[in-house]
Amino acid sequence: MQLFFEQLLNGIAMGSIYALVTLGLALVYGILRILHVAHAGVYTVGAYIGLFFFQLTGSLIIAALGSMVFCAMLGVAIERFVYYPLLKYPPYVPLIGSIAVMLAIEELCRLIAGPHILTFAAKLPFPEIQLGGITISSTLMAVYCITAGVLAFLWYITSFTELGLAMRATSQDIPIADAMGINSHLIVSITFVLGSAIAAIAGILVGIYYNQVYPTMGAVPAYKTLALIVVGGLGSVPGAVIAAMLLGVAETLLIGYANIPLPRDALAFIAMIGVLMWRSEGLLGSR
Amino acid sequence: MSAYLITIATLIAIYAIVVCGLNVIVGFAGQISLGHAAFFGIGAYSAALLATKGGLSFWTALPCVIAVSAFIGLLLGLPSLRVKADFLAITTIGINFIVEALFLYVPFFGGALGIGGIPRVMFFGIKLKGLAFFYLCLFFLVVVILICWWFRRSWAGLACFALREEESAAASMGISPVRFKLLAFVIGTGMAGLGGALYAHYIRFIAATDFAFPVSILFLSMVVLGGMGTLWGPVLGALILGALPEIFRPLVDYRFLFYMVLLLIMIRFQPGGLLGERSAVRRVLASIIPGAHQ
Repeated sequence: MQLFFEQLLNGIAMGSIYALVTLGLALVYGILRILHVAHAGVYTVGAYIGLFFFQLTGSLIIAALGSMVFCAMLGVAIERFVYYPLLKYPPYVPLIGSIAVMLAIEELCRLIAGPHILTFAAKLPFPEIQLGGITISSTLMAVYCITAGVLAFLWYITSFTELGLAMRATSQDIPIADAMGINSHLIVSITFVLGSAIAAIAGILVGIYYNQVYPTMGAVPAYKTLALIVVGGLGSVPGAVIAAMLLGVAETLLIGYANIPLPRDALAFIAMIGVLMWRSEGLLGSR
Repeated sequence: MSAYLITIATLIAIYAIVVCGLNVIVGFAGQISLGHAAFFGIGAYSAALLATKGGLSFWTALPCVIAVSAFIGLLLGLPSLRVKADFLAITTIGINFIVEALFLYVPFFGGALGIGGIPRVMFFGIKLKGLAFFYLCLFFLVVVILICWWFRRSWAGLACFALREEESAAASMGISPVRFKLLAFVIGTGMAGLGGALYAHYIRFIAATDFAFPVSILFLSMVVLGGMGTLWGPVLGALILGALPEIFRPLVDYRFLFYMVLLLIMIRFQPGGLLGERSAVRRVLASIIPGAHQ
């Protein structure tokens, strides 16, 4: 039973990390209807820049802030130079552009930082908790708290601020939003800033959680998060978060308890195709 | 020709066959597929298994290989009836990951070791290798191009174009989306299977990673670069993207980065492809050769 709870806690941590990466993707899809594969590239860059600043200053706060600012700029650059001019074409055109950006970022990371795995040995300033014989390590606590904080912040922004209202309007209909006096291009850029900054946090968290930063760390998340936003209902942020949590827990428990002769990455896609065939609009999607 | 050039030319011809198949699905029927390498792999694995475990010759196995690939293509084309556009793109990515995982984890498919010792193709008692095998691939490429040419002019092809442009309008004209989408999938994946069989008998050792998702991206990039829905676009795309890594070999470490930047520039400034409807190449061609609109 204790093992089960420990697995469950790990699963929730895994789900939280998936949720953090998926958030940006869901936000971007919601507003531009583009599959932002390069988001996982931004996440990789986030981990590298975070590590760079951490080694330079020894402060995690500076590392996180520096990485968030850099990733936000990278995200906006991708949006300005790649996605925005391609919006008038069928969706596969920006998708291919996005995949090219993703692979180019991976290559750049490899060329600049080297192909080997770097270690990210930082101690997160969170307490360790004992709960009836189960220990929640400080890293797990950090993952939970930061994810909860980011989700709460995003929920506040989208639900209670003028900016959130403008974001929701833009995601519904760009020309009408423009006609109502919203600068929709600015809103799109702000969405990329938010999503990319969250990706930077996710990159640093994953780097510390596994104590690994390497050029292809975004490869699996790049495509798995696509499966997650589909299962959640394309463009639905709560749906994507729920799907991420479910997948994290299901993966960890299945790998721990059932002897399945398939890698966990394939499982996500099998679950996705199952959900699509059953409810083609996803869990929380609307037609 | 040196052996080096023959190898590259043979691989380009094989890619062109596979990419023509992808063009039937994506360019003609308008169904986005990001999992074409899976069908290339299914063709290669079934050819390899029939040759090594079944002891069949390339020629007797070939119809089975194409049939198997096309049948699985038919099954996996079924999602395209249920989901569209972005959903279909992600579903096909998923199919690619699942098929690769099956090749890698099921012992019957050789697992991580892959399948080796695939015999060469025999033709009237002669082992085809080098230039002779290249001519064999070229022969199949011509057959595939002829099929595409015929398909474009046939009623089925016109029906696919109509579905691509506006599915509900085409359906209201009595064109069955089910029948023609699946037909495009069957033809396209059958061609991928043919390419896979040639690849397996040429390289003679195959492993799951040869058919991973990045290979699908490569195939789709070839179609997009050449021009989707055109007859010669896929061949041109396969030629350029197949030859580029060799031309840029001096760049060594920066090769792949350069390659991706080139793809990005291409998709950013000429998303219709080199031979697409409003492309610069097409305009130049039209001004030189009147009536060159194929």
